[in-house]
This record gives sequence, C-alpha cells and structure tokens, in this order.
Amino acid sequence: MKITASICVTVAAAALALAFPAAAQTVKIGLISSYSGPGAAQGDQIDKGVKLYMKLNADKLPPGVKIELITRDDTGPNGDVAKRIAQELIVRDKVQILTGVVWTPNMAAIAPLTAEAKIPFVSANAAGAKVIGMSPYMARVSFTLCQSAYPLGQWAAKKYKRAYSAVSDFAPGHEAEGCFVRGFKENGGEVIGTVRIPLANPDFVPFMQRIKDAKPDVLFAFNPAGKQATAMMKAYGDLGMDKANIKYLGTGDITTDEELQGMGDAALGVITVHHYSAAAERPANKAFVAAYKKEYGADLNPGFMVVGGWDAMDAIYTAIRMQGGKIDPDKTMEILKNYKNPNSPRGPMSIDPETRDVINPEYLREVRKVGGKLANVELETITTAIKDPLKEFEKKK
Amino acid sequence: MDAFLSSLVSVAFHGVAYGMILYVISVGLSVTMGLMGFTNLAHGVFAMAGGYILCSSLARFQMPFPLALALSFLLVAAASVILERLLYSRLYGASELEQVLFTIGLIFMSVAVARLIFGTLQQPVILPEYLKGPLTLMGREFPIYRVFLIVFSAVMIAGLWLGVERTLWGAMVRAAVDNRAMAQSIGINTKRLFTITFALGSGLAGLGGALGAEIVAIQPTYPFEQLVYFLIVVSIGGLGNLRGPFVAALLIGITDTACKYWVPQFGAFFIYAATIGLLLWRPAGLFGRRA
Repeated sequence: MKITASICVTVAAAALALAFPAAAQTVKIGLISSYSGPGAAQGDQIDKGVKLYMKLNADKLPPGVKIELITRDDTGPNGDVAKRIAQELIVRDKVQILTGVVWTPNMAAIAPLTAEAKIPFVSANAAGAKVIGMSPYMARVSFTLCQSAYPLGQWAAKKYKRAYSAVSDFAPGHEAEGCFVRGFKENGGEVIGTVRIPLANPDFVPFMQRIKDAKPDVLFAFNPAGKQATAMMKAYGDLGMDKANIKYLGTGDITTDEELQGMGDAALGVITVHHYSAAAERPANKAFVAAYKKEYGADLNPGFMVVGGWDAMDAIYTAIRMQGGKIDPDKTMEILKNYKNPNSPRGPMSIDPETRDVINPEYLREVRKVGGKLANVELETITTAIKDPLKEFEKKK
Repeated sequence: MDAFLSSLVSVAFHGVAYGMILYVISVGLSVTMGLMGFTNLAHGVFAMAGGYILCSSLARFQMPFPLALALSFLLVAAASVILERLLYSRLYGASELEQVLFTIGLIFMSVAVARLIFGTLQQPVILPEYLKGPLTLMGREFPIYRVFLIVFSAVMIAGLWLGVERTLWGAMVRAAVDNRAMAQSIGINTKRLFTITFALGSGLAGLGGALGAEIVAIQPTYPFEQLVYFLIVVSIGGLGNLRGPFVAALLIGITDTACKYWVPQFGAFFIYAATIGLLLWRPAGLFGRRA
C-alpha cells in the first residue's frame, strides 16, 4: 500500500515537472573582469555593478527563470587570457551571454569567439571605438572616449584660444587626443602642442613643466582613472599651473568618482565632460547611489564602471524577459540593438541599432566640494544623446 | 636665452627631486641587497607597508606628519625583525635563485594581503598645509614637497654614510658581509648584527615608501610596479656600497627629467636605454666591486 502511494507521488511529481519546464529554467551568464593585476580596481567596479543589479532586480526576471553568474578573471589587459577564459566559459560552462571586460584589447580578443559561437556579448566598459565592429554579436552600454572628448573640444574652443593636449600613450589616449583636437580646431581654437606620456610613468613633473612653459590657456588631459590621473593632477597643482591661468580639462575618466576622494584638493576646479557622475541629482541616480552605499559602504562612491556593469545587466535582463527566459542569440541581438533605458543612473541612454554602440547623454562637470567631499558637480547637459562621433566622421567621408 | 636658462634651472631641480625620490624608495634595498648581499626582491613590500602606515595614520588617526613618518620607519623595522628571524635568516647562505623565489613569493602574498585589507584603490596622502603648494624662488616656482624631499634625503644619505663608513657598527657590518666566519671567530655576534642591519634596511624601505607616497601612489601592486626602479638604482650603483645607488639615482633622475622635458616623444624610454648602456660599460655598476 505504501509502495503504491509513493509511486503515485513520484508519477505525479514527474508529470508536474513535465507540465512546468520553466520552473527549472536557468540562464547562464559569463562575467569576464579583472580581479587581479593592474586593473583590479576597475574590474572590481564592474563586478559590484553587476552583482548589485542582480541583487535588487530579481523581480525583473520572468517567473521561474534563474540566473547563474559565472565570474572569471582576465588578469588585466591581456588578450590571450581573455580569449582562453571566454572559450572555457562558452565551451565548458555553456554560458548563453557574456558581459564585463575592462580592457579594449580583451574585447577585441574575444570578438571572433562571440561571432563563431553566436554568444551575445555586452561590453560593460571596454570603450575602444572600432572594436564593436569586430563581431555582429557584440553590443556596448558603456561609452566611447570620443563621446566626451569631442564635445569638450567644441565647448572649450568657445572659451579658450590656445590648448595643449597631454594623454597617456595607448589607443584610448590617441582617440581622446584626436577627438579633442578636432573639436577644438573646428571651432576656431589653436592647439599649440600635444604630448603622449608613457603608461608606466612615475613622474609627470617634467612633462607638466614643459606644458607650463608653453603657456596654453587650457590643458586637455586623459589618463586611465586612478594613480596616473592623480599623479598628473598633483604635478599640475605642485607647479602652480592653476595660478598661471592654465585650465585643466579632461574626459570624465580622470576624475572618476570612486577615486576622486583619493585625489585630494589637486582635483578641485578640474572641468570634465562625461556621461556619469555619482553626484548627479537625477532621482534614478540618487536611488542607485544610495543602494550602492548601503551595499558596499557609506564612504564609497560608484564610478562609471559600476554603472557600466549595472546597465549591462539591465540590457541582459531585458533580453531575457522579452524572450521568456529562452535565449536565442539572434533574437537577443535584435533586442539589444533596440535597447533603451530612460532610467539609467546616467540619464536616458540607448543602443544605436546600426552600430550596436551606446548613445549617451553627456554632461559638463566641475570638481567641487559638496559637504566637505569632492564631487563631480554637473553644470550643464551638453547633449542628451550623442552617437560615437568617430563612426559619424567616417560616415561623412 | 633667459627662457632657456630658466628651463635649465627647472630641469636641474626636478631632476634632483626625482633622483631623490628614486633614492629614497631604493635606499633600503641598497642596505639589504647592496650591503648584506641578500637578493631581496620583496623590498617593495616593506616600502608599501611604510606607505600604508603613513596614509592610514594621517587619514584615520589624524597624526602629525613627522610622527607618521617615524611610525612608518619603526613599525616596518619591528615587523621585519619577525620576518627576518622566521624566514630570511634561513636563506642567508642560500643560492640567489632560492632567495629570488622566496622573495617573489613574499610579494605575491603581500599584494593579496594589501588588497584584502585596504582594497584596490590607491591611498590618499593628506599632507600638512606647510608641505603643500609651490615655493617661489628667483621667479620660478618649486613644489615645496619636493624641496623637502631633497633636503630630507640629503640628511639621510649623510647620516647613513657616516654610520656605515665611520662607526664601529658600520665596520662590523662590512666585516661580517665580507667574511662571516672570520667575523664570528673574532667575537662579533653576526646573527644579531644581521638582524639589526636587516631591520634598518627594511625600516628605511618603509620610510622611503612613506616619503614617496605623495608621488608614487600606494596601492596593492606597488611592490611589482616599482621593483624595476629599485633594481635599476641598485644595479647601476653597484653592490657593496651606499654611495653608488645615490649617484645612480641622481644620474637617472636628472637625465630622465631632461629627456622628458626636451624630447617628450621618447618619454620613459630613456631610463632603460641608459641602464643598458651603463651596465654594458660597467657590468658591476658605477661603484661596484667586481665579484
């Protein structure tokens, strides 16, 4: 009697399981980020953005759908490692969507894999303009450097006449320099000099002294966020360049919010153009910053890479929701191409269906003290939606 | 012409200041590696520890700057005694390869520990007001902190040189390094002597990391990133003396600064070219004794 009953239960359970297959639906997402090496600080930011989004937005998934997040360490700007772990994620762990990646060369390295295996990839940071074109299965929610450097050049030319550009000597630095110089010159400004500074540079003073002696009105700077940007700003302050009436401008990378407190007063008065500031007054951003502080500590501010991770997950969740948890690569790409998010912490953003690249709002900001702490205070909205200018220039040719 | 003269003054000043920074962060290594002959690649670990102590005591405990500096020397020196007794002393007679493997391992561990405790971001250095901003001299502006670095390092090198070359302790260290067995047999307690010397070297590393923290950012990968500069200074200077690394640091600092100022497109390449050239010319370093 007992045996019959248990068989009955088993059969019933099996029938139930067959009737509701969605109950066990799991979507596997691979997150490639830098957890060690020179980019660990940045990789950590993406990781925090992704995990914070997942924690707070479980209700945005279709009922019964679960996410399994598999994180892997690409150890820094290292294409070989990125490619290897992307391959392992695709072949062994059978992930259906990839995201993350701090570094452009790493994104370039995994591009052929995403095309061959038809695994959609959403870039949460890597910002090199051209790399997005390397595979039809890649989309980007972060930014491109030209989106901030070009409008900054245009804006600066209206106020200042002579500019000097100093950027870190690697591909994003070259992009930033090119776009700033173009924007500045197109609007009647004169660029009196450019210098490219090696990435591993311990002392910026000689370069800055040279710039000071050239007496420009503005100095345009781009370095990777963190110690390089800080060291350059300190050299600017130490040499008294602010008192020599040389204004310090840059893309938002140089005053990124998570590092800003560590930069000290050297950063005060620096003017940047960027798509995200933790100090922005938008309600969506205030809620986002509050959630971040609650999760990771009241002293910490989310930088733009946290927003990159957060929005990458929002795009992925949108794709999962619209497909009811069953991931088809081509449908996913269609959804990503038309992705719009009016409530991103950065303000309304979307993806350009044509290039699969992000369309961002850009703000003019100045570093000021708010409540005794340094903040990127947004002064005005330069544009509400800018496509990557580099790709637009090429179309015109 | 006037502009050229004035830029010459700038380059000389910044070159000396940069040389002093290089010297300050490498001086500890010229004691442990140069004097004691231990291939201590983990030198940066002690420097980083000193930097963290300075940053934390300034930011969290609002200590006065001189006290924070002293603390970074003393705490690192004390901690190094434990490390020396437990680990380093076992490898004094070992081959260079073993010493390299051990100290590289130590770097990996310290990077992980630093990340665990302090996170990945660089530490802010909150300088006192009197060390901030520019100092105007003869119509040119010089960053006060760099002026302070130059003066402080000059005093330090003088003290160290007097200590090693002119005191009994210095003579005993040199004797023990040259021939440990003989030094022991004439009654020198080499074990204690090495512990003290090692503590001094590590303490100096801590002090250097703290002094340099304003310019060379303190963050977990510091021991790896700065290793190249430590080794360049000590190898160009030559092992077995304290004067060599000082001259080497100044030489590199001034030429590197001049190169960056006048031909910035070659940037940081110069320092490596100069190292290769100098070592081809004198493989044992400028003041090194041939082994």
